[in-house]
Amino acid sequence: MKASVIVFPGSNCDRDAAVALQQAMGSAPKMVWHGDSELPQSDLILLPGGFSYGDYLRSGAMAAHSPIMREVVRRAEAGTPVLGICNGFQVLTEAGLLPGILMRNATLRFICKDVLLRVERDDTAFAGHYKKDDVVRIPIAHKDGCYFADPSTLYLLENEGRIAFRYCEEDGAITEAANPNGSTGNIAGIYNDKGNVLGMMPHPERLIDPVQSGTDGAKMFSSLVEALH
Amino acid sequence: MKARITITLKPGVLDPQGKAIEGALHALGFGGVEGVRQGKFIEVEVAESDPARAREEVERMCKQLLANTIIENYAYELDAA
Repeated sequence: MKASVIVFPGSNCDRDAAVALQQAMGSAPKMVWHGDSELPQSDLILLPGGFSYGDYLRSGAMAAHSPIMREVVRRAEAGTPVLGICNGFQVLTEAGLLPGILMRNATLRFICKDVLLRVERDDTAFAGHYKKDDVVRIPIAHKDGCYFADPSTLYLLENEGRIAFRYCEEDGAITEAANPNGSTGNIAGIYNDKGNVLGMMPHPERLIDPVQSGTDGAKMFSSLVEALH
Repeated sequence: MKARITITLKPGVLDPQGKAIEGALHALGFGGVEGVRQGKFIEVEVAESDPARAREEVERMCKQLLANTIIENYAYELDAA
């Protein structure tokens, strides 16, 4: 399996993502600079977290127009799996690969803590090692994670089963108290219509090793390896 | 030509920053203040001197990058630089 991690100026979770991929794949992913116009053959493309372009203008807005993104969009539309984490999710929405937008957290605070997520789909390359309705613990670290989409888009997302993860309580209940940032429908992650593009605000790559006090994130990478090798 | 572009949140979009500013104004003693919304102001100088072509260029800049039309409106004025 071959994976590429796209590195934008200001990305800072690219190396954690590479460690998570290396652990699951048994080989290192390629780190691809945003200014490159050539993207190696990839079974998976990962857009990592961080502060690309300092979050200037809007988070992910300028990274979405980086030279490499033309090719990333082309591959995504041709079916290559793409995983966007945090800033990567923001880039995916700004690039039009996923609908909606990530806005400033309703609390106005940068929130850095573990949250509980309910797994909404387990039949994708990304989530095959989870089970639907599992409650998993994954860290978030963001100031612009409030997911918003207009009512007709939300209707589509809900009715086509394109919600990937929702912020939830320990028993899986979807409540306002469990929602850290004001996201509509407690949405923490969504798929595109073909199911090959996943954007999520939480950081699975930060919970892959017992030394990190949890390994719920590792299942995403092992799912991908099983689906794509 | 010089474009003066204003980007604002669409009505109804949550604006916690605007609310925070409103709270600070109240704390400063400005009573009767409500509906504070924060936007962005961007100036761009374009080499194009034909007003219609310059307008079309600025229009495309706004749609492609400067505004996210899911939640933002844009407006601009074009003058000779």
